[in-house]
Amino acid sequence: MHRFANPARFLNIARPFTGWLFWPGLILLAAGAGCGLFVTPPDYLQGETVRILYIHVPAAWLGMAGWGGIAVAALMQLVWRHPLAAVAGRAIAVPGALFTAICLITGSIWGRPTWGTWWEWDGRMTSMLVLFFLYLGYMALANASARQAQGGVSPTTAIFGLVGAVNIPIINRSVVWWNSLHQGPSITMRGSSIDMALLWPLGLTLVGFTLLFAAIVLMRMRTILAEAKAEARMQRMARG
Amino acid sequence: MKAKHQRLILALAALVALVGAALLAASALRDEAAYFYAPADVRTKGVEAGKAIRLGGMVVKGSLKHAPDGVTIHFDVTDGKATVPASFKGIAPDLFREGSGVVAEGAFDRSGTFVATNLLAKHDERYMPRELEGMNYNETTHQMKAEQ
Repeated sequence: MHRFANPARFLNIARPFTGWLFWPGLILLAAGAGCGLFVTPPDYLQGETVRILYIHVPAAWLGMAGWGGIAVAALMQLVWRHPLAAVAGRAIAVPGALFTAICLITGSIWGRPTWGTWWEWDGRMTSMLVLFFLYLGYMALANASARQAQGGVSPTTAIFGLVGAVNIPIINRSVVWWNSLHQGPSITMRGSSIDMALLWPLGLTLVGFTLLFAAIVLMRMRTILAEAKAEARMQRMARG
Repeated sequence: MKAKHQRLILALAALVALVGAALLAASALRDEAAYFYAPADVRTKGVEAGKAIRLGGMVVKGSLKHAPDGVTIHFDVTDGKATVPASFKGIAPDLFREGSGVVAEGAFDRSGTFVATNLLAKHDERYMPRELEGMNYNETTHQMKAEQ
């Protein structure tokens, strides 16, 4: 991994990759969302309301995967002192928080017509809200220590990212461990209880959103590196 | 031992301790963090009349009755182990129906009937087109089979 530690080499690779991830992601997302809205049949119980699934589920996945990425980056930063890991952690936080918010908002909109409530404090909803607050805390900590970390995040922020990862399995298991209003998992190791007729656009939006997420992270990493470079140059000029 | 390995071991040990602590906390919260009481919980733990709780389970098929006043409904809630009678006055959510899940907020009266002040519909994890309605989902094979 230290082959990519050199920012110049990383930028050479990241520049074309941003486009390769962004455009296929956008196309898959548009196809999935379009098919989810107009092609698939309505659900036997929920009717048309079920279509919000195609946004809600990828948003939940990326909110949780984003924190997984922050935890991996934190581990690489703390153990191997990888210079880009700190930048990656900072880059992931904003899209991760955004997708967590999308998950909470779409879930709330979905809950009103199906369950009969905008919000309830059950295990799944509460733990997902905690994840959103963890993102806010991580971003605040990262910004407060940005100057000393040269565009990345401070070791304290990385430790916070690692500790926060404890919440991810709790979110995942919350509907199994505790009685909850949210239903149990539909897609497990044993298969899917979403019928194929409704399932396939979810695959498209899942992959599409994930590629978009990766493209956004690369864009943000490039921005952070450019900012750090500009900052360093300004300091040199001020001194010289 | 290199400093890198020392940091790796330290980080992993801290992570293991942390996950262990979280698991312990989660298992201790098992009952307290439950969003509702199932009918079997009500029977084993005993819930005194008048105490505000949530009761969750399935609406027993054929138990739903509309009272003559037009706004009150009576139904039974079951979790497969125990069944309790419940009543509700007001507008139930669209997805509230027999054989489907319900979470009712309210309290037991002295006769042991759960008087709900609010009803929430709880649906399960299955999604399918209308043509497949009435078919049974096999948990182990993930196949749909016509209802016998």
